[in-house]
Amino acid sequence: MAKRVGIEVSLAVSHAVQLARAEAIAAYPITPQTHIVEHLSSLVANGDLEAEFINVESEHSAISACIGTSAAGARTYTATSSQGLALMHEILFIASAMRFPIVMAVANRALSGPLSIWNDHSDIMGARDIGWIQVFVENGQEAFDHSIMAFKIAEHRRVLLPMIVNLDGFILSHVVEALEFADQDTVDRFLPSYSPWHHLDPKKPVTMGAFGMPEIFAEFKMKHQVTLMNSYDQIMKVWQEWGQLTGRDYHPVEHYKTEGAKVLLLTMGCLSEVAEIAVDELRSAGESVGLLKLRLWRPFPFAALREAINGAELVIVCDRALSVGGVGGPVLAEVRSVLYPMASRPKVLGYIIGLGGRDVPPEAFKEIFSQAQAEAEQEPSEEFYMYGVRG
Amino acid sequence: MTKPLEDFTWQEIELGGILREPGSARDYKVGDWKSQHPVWTKSHCIRCGICWTVCPEGAIIEEEGGYFDVNLDYCKGCGICARECVTGCISMVTEEE
Repeated sequence: MAKRVGIEVSLAVSHAVQLARAEAIAAYPITPQTHIVEHLSSLVANGDLEAEFINVESEHSAISACIGTSAAGARTYTATSSQGLALMHEILFIASAMRFPIVMAVANRALSGPLSIWNDHSDIMGARDIGWIQVFVENGQEAFDHSIMAFKIAEHRRVLLPMIVNLDGFILSHVVEALEFADQDTVDRFLPSYSPWHHLDPKKPVTMGAFGMPEIFAEFKMKHQVTLMNSYDQIMKVWQEWGQLTGRDYHPVEHYKTEGAKVLLLTMGCLSEVAEIAVDELRSAGESVGLLKLRLWRPFPFAALREAINGAELVIVCDRALSVGGVGGPVLAEVRSVLYPMASRPKVLGYIIGLGGRDVPPEAFKEIFSQAQAEAEQEPSEEFYMYGVRG
Repeated sequence: MTKPLEDFTWQEIELGGILREPGSARDYKVGDWKSQHPVWTKSHCIRCGICWTVCPEGAIIEEEGGYFDVNLDYCKGCGICARECVTGCISMVTEEE
């Protein structure tokens, strides 16, 4: 039976990984991800999780060790954040190219500098093109659910790709929430033990990580591209199955009060819950506004996003990362690009918010809503807007 | 290798790029990288095997009688053998067009 508990979200994620019976964990502590692996380390040390916990000297080593344990055929988990994710960078591409279904939590935090330990999405946006499946969650329940589902998605024979569950650092990772724990029997039925398709076996030796000559490199990348796009079907199947078990349904693009909305806000991560409050208040004031929450980041849900627009005239994309000197936020750039081929497309404006832990209250979304409408009526004055910056 | 690399389609790439055929690196003939190759003067060779030991490619082969020669398919022409040869019996000869 599922039970309801009040728990810090980081610890809930650790327990999800415990319930998923991870067999190998290699991680290095970094704020604000530390509580996840610290608690997993205790679970292993106390004999509550039968897994190999590998202490390493850096994140570069952590993800490298994860490739090793996954290559040995173990269900593998790690977690990191910000500078730690950046230090993993070169190995992240190798993990996906070698098709190892490692699951990783990223407690999203700003990349320095200036030095910051607080939340935004600049860490993961720097690792946008690593070829992993990537989702964003907005509350503790989602962080728990997706940490279990990620293993089932990643390990499927037609997927076999690593997967990242993004949860906002501090403002989600460190809050105490009431959430529903799945019991071990349910998780065991949902998630059988990992049976690897390719692994190191002295009886059947293979070469892993061989180089790709110019004659073969592009074909290799094409296979990766097609596999990642095709993983969409399996992601939907796993989410549906979990929905049937728990009553909690997940979609690549979540809708909130979008019926007939002329203006759509678009957010990712836990700011979505704040944006919902703003939408409630704006709707009460008679405004035609709704909210789209982009859950699935890779593979990008092209069709689901185009369908979600549903006749809206203005889409306001709220990014928590800035592409300095570029077109604004990465989500803005991608959403605009995906909507461009539509015969009847909305205007798309971008706002950069919540950088480096700056608080974003519901009033911010209401103000952005009115500013964006004024901008949309004329030729926009900027390529994108830095919301709330003084001066 | 069952067929040349340039004949593989993306659908035929093995998952994760793994290679099931052992020793397939032998198919990569790196000998055409070189601009020079070693030549032994047997009369000065003391058959000590230093050249065989230091070759980073394992391209030096022991011949009958304990003398040494090179497999030109794999020699990259680095010259380490000539540099380390105790008697100086190996000279590096420039490749001709």
